[in-house]
Amino acid sequence: METLLEILSDLHPDVDFETEDRLIDDKILDSFDIISIISEVADQFDVTISAEYIVPENFNSAEALYDLIQKLEDED
Amino acid sequence: MKKKGFKVVLTLVILVGSLWLLQRLLMPKYVTGVVEGALIAEYYPEEKNHDVIFIGDCEVYENFSPQILWEEYGINSFIRGSAQQLIWQSYYLLEDTLRYETPKVVVFNVLSMKYNEPQKEAYNRMTLEGMRWSMSKVNAIKASVTEQEQFLDYVFPILRYHSRWSEIKGDDFRYMFDTKKVSHNGYYMRVDVKPAGTIPDPKPLADYRFGENAYAYLDRMTALCKEKGIQLVLIKAPSLYPHWYDEWEEQMEEYAEENDLLYINFLDLIDEVGLDFQTDTYDGGLHLNLSGAEKLSRYFGTLLTEQTEVSDRRGEEALQRTWAEKRTAYDAEIAYQKEKYQIEK
Amino acid sequence: MLFTSYGFIGFLAVLFLLYYLIPAKYQWMLLLAASYLFYWFANPVYLLYICVTTVSTWFIGRRIEAVRSVQSAYLAEHKQELDKEAKKSYKALMKKKTWHLLLACLFFNLGILAVVKYTNFVISNVNAVIYAIGAGQPLSFVNIIVPLGISFYTFQAMGYIIDVYRGTVKAQDNLFRFALFVSFFPQLVQGPISRYGDLSESLFAEHPRDWSTISLGLQRMLWGYFKKLVIADRMLIGVNTLIQNPDTYYGAYAFLGMLFYALELYADFTGGIDITIGIAQVLGVKVTENFNRPYFSKSIKEYWNRWHMTMGSWFTDYIFYPISVCKPMLKLSKASRKALGETIGKRVPIYLSSFVVWFATGIWHGASWNFIAWGLGNWVVIMISQELEPLYQRFHNRFHVRGSFFFRLFQVIRTVLLMSCLRMFDCYRDVPLTFRMFGSMFTGGNWKELLNGSLLQLGLTLTDYRILFFGLVLLIAVSLIQRTGSVREKIRKLPYWGRFLLWYGLFLCVLLMGAYGVGYDASQFIYNQF
Repeated sequence: METLLEILSDLHPDVDFETEDRLIDDKILDSFDIISIISEVADQFDVTISAEYIVPENFNSAEALYDLIQKLEDED
Repeated sequence: MKKKGFKVVLTLVILVGSLWLLQRLLMPKYVTGVVEGALIAEYYPEEKNHDVIFIGDCEVYENFSPQILWEEYGINSFIRGSAQQLIWQSYYLLEDTLRYETPKVVVFNVLSMKYNEPQKEAYNRMTLEGMRWSMSKVNAIKASVTEQEQFLDYVFPILRYHSRWSEIKGDDFRYMFDTKKVSHNGYYMRVDVKPAGTIPDPKPLADYRFGENAYAYLDRMTALCKEKGIQLVLIKAPSLYPHWYDEWEEQMEEYAEENDLLYINFLDLIDEVGLDFQTDTYDGGLHLNLSGAEKLSRYFGTLLTEQTEVSDRRGEEALQRTWAEKRTAYDAEIAYQKEKYQIEK
Repeated sequence: MLFTSYGFIGFLAVLFLLYYLIPAKYQWMLLLAASYLFYWFANPVYLLYICVTTVSTWFIGRRIEAVRSVQSAYLAEHKQELDKEAKKSYKALMKKKTWHLLLACLFFNLGILAVVKYTNFVISNVNAVIYAIGAGQPLSFVNIIVPLGISFYTFQAMGYIIDVYRGTVKAQDNLFRFALFVSFFPQLVQGPISRYGDLSESLFAEHPRDWSTISLGLQRMLWGYFKKLVIADRMLIGVNTLIQNPDTYYGAYAFLGMLFYALELYADFTGGIDITIGIAQVLGVKVTENFNRPYFSKSIKEYWNRWHMTMGSWFTDYIFYPISVCKPMLKLSKASRKALGETIGKRVPIYLSSFVVWFATGIWHGASWNFIAWGLGNWVVIMISQELEPLYQRFHNRFHVRGSFFFRLFQVIRTVLLMSCLRMFDCYRDVPLTFRMFGSMFTGGNWKELLNGSLLQLGLTLTDYRILFFGLVLLIAVSLIQRTGSVREKIRKLPYWGRFLLWYGLFLCVLLMGAYGVGYDASQFIYNQF
């Protein structure tokens, strides 16, 4: 989780990712941000988030994203 | 519930009522300027027991004066003419007229044989709009619409005239419900004079045959008259222009002979009628003015009396009275126009 | 059948009436019949194309679903005996199967789209090459009809099959229901491109008669007709004069044409979508919004999140993301970061996949270099503004104008002008001419001519300009009110006669000021051709 929060804050230092849960709905993250996050995640967690998982529910909060990463790690 | 029903009804009344008023307001009134659009409608309020009905284009409604036909021959006639009346329109106007009365003679001016297809929207409007609704009108519209026109535009003329709001004038309010007579039994009078000058040489045509469609309607017209026991008289008015080709003349003569119809080409009778294109036309030979029309009417009156079944009805008192009134209006128009065109009495 | 034809209005009137007279469970069947009838009116041959796409996509959707159920049945049956590795490899095997099915479907249907839309474009380019190298006979063009709305329904169907593959929606078993999803007539001509997950529920549901929904739908339609008939079709006269005579109308006129076109396109496209969504609403069907007051956007990127939104999100979800996060791209990302450093290297894959998306967006709009240039133009602008982001940041840190009204206004105007400039590509005949006309705006030096009455020579009368001005004011006013919620909902709160007056007034505006009937050429929606 720590690593993930670091990735996110690098991208948008002004957003409090621990509490924010409308990252997509409020258009805080755009498509370019999402791609950056996915490539960082691929590096750090060794998990590939494929396109089918790019839906608002998975990216609206850091927690949701973390859950997704965990789930994908499990499947591997 | 009751209150709601009332609201709905009131809404509908306001909706339909205001749209209807708007439509009346936006439709062209044809009382000044282009008055030709008003001609067709002027038939309906008339007492309908005519002996002779004219159908055709400007070559009938500008060239014959029913007033003279009555006063000098006792012929009670009406002209159902309109600008560039196409032959199918003439046919359906005849059908329309026969819903009200059966004249002894129908006179048709054959110039429109030259058109085989719908021509101009504006002319369609001026002919068709004045017609009362009947199957004849429906068919006339269907036969006449150009590519850009829609039948619905005739049912709801507001769709056609919707953009006229920016050019509404006093007349549009004044004649919203009421109209002013512009013709004398369908005759459009002009007293001014513009002598005929040089007439442009006729252009040779690729094909001189009248179209199939035109012939079809002429056939229908002939058949309808036969069926109703009406004598159909074909004429070609003595207008110098548009040019009447010899090839056309041949076809008409042939048709008249085949169908046993009386056909008169007044272009051949200019001297007999006594027309002088220096004084008897108001637009350089296209149409006759009052003086020309009266001359032509006199000649035609004699011809009708001699060659058709029409009788002198000057003995009928009711008719006498109506025509006396019409004379007053006729004279008033002459006086008004002489003033307008500054012509010495 | 154009949306603005009497025939279409009559068609709708009959449909609406029948729709609420028949038992609600048959409503969707009526819609299917109406949609096919609508398409048949346009051209019976089109039906062939849409049927092929419908049946093939439906069939493959079911096949994918079938593979899935085999997989879960197998896994459930052999739960005990399989270890994790075996499960994984079995899943991968099945995934491969569905992947092949998906690819077959995409290739087949996008292939049809490509052939009918782009064959002649390819031929003309090949000919240009042949001509340039002076080799041999040029190829002759082929005569293919492009079915109405093929880009829209193909995209909609392909979105469905990808969603089925991803497992986000369940495949539709009923061929006829699926056929309705693909052919739903209000959106067939010009979108929006709906997602199966968004549209299907309300499309197949039973809709009892609900006056408030029906009247809201009718109101939306009326507003759409206002935009379309009063503004767009009138503006079109001026636009056509300006862009079809570039030799006469250059410089200041090119600028004017650009603005006219911006207004016309907006009124035409959003008006058409209003009519579409309005019709659907009358029928009780919820269609996704396609616009969110796009001309109020503060940047091009924001603009593309607010203009033709369903198309934008289609490209993002089904092209941009898959390309950006596919394994080779991630590898490339790693490599480029190593070679070019963290900041620049990170952007390489993003720029690459955006390039693909914008190229595709361009060519989707039309088979010509103009549209490709337009698409890539958008790409360039977005990339540049992305690169300048740090610079903007520094500017804002120094000058605190970000929130101020005038700065926002400046941003909005800048965006509108930028977008309008880019759109010149789809106005002028070819790309070089577009550049020439763009240049002439700065060198033309004929700005004074705009004041000497030549504006009245463009086919628009003073009355036309007044109407356009009135329409523009109304558009802006409505958009401003919309910021705090639906205008129709606000009007609904008014007393009865107030509402009546407003809507009847709007109806009269359309009736009296609409550019329709004799004297105005019935013009097609601009987006028809795409």
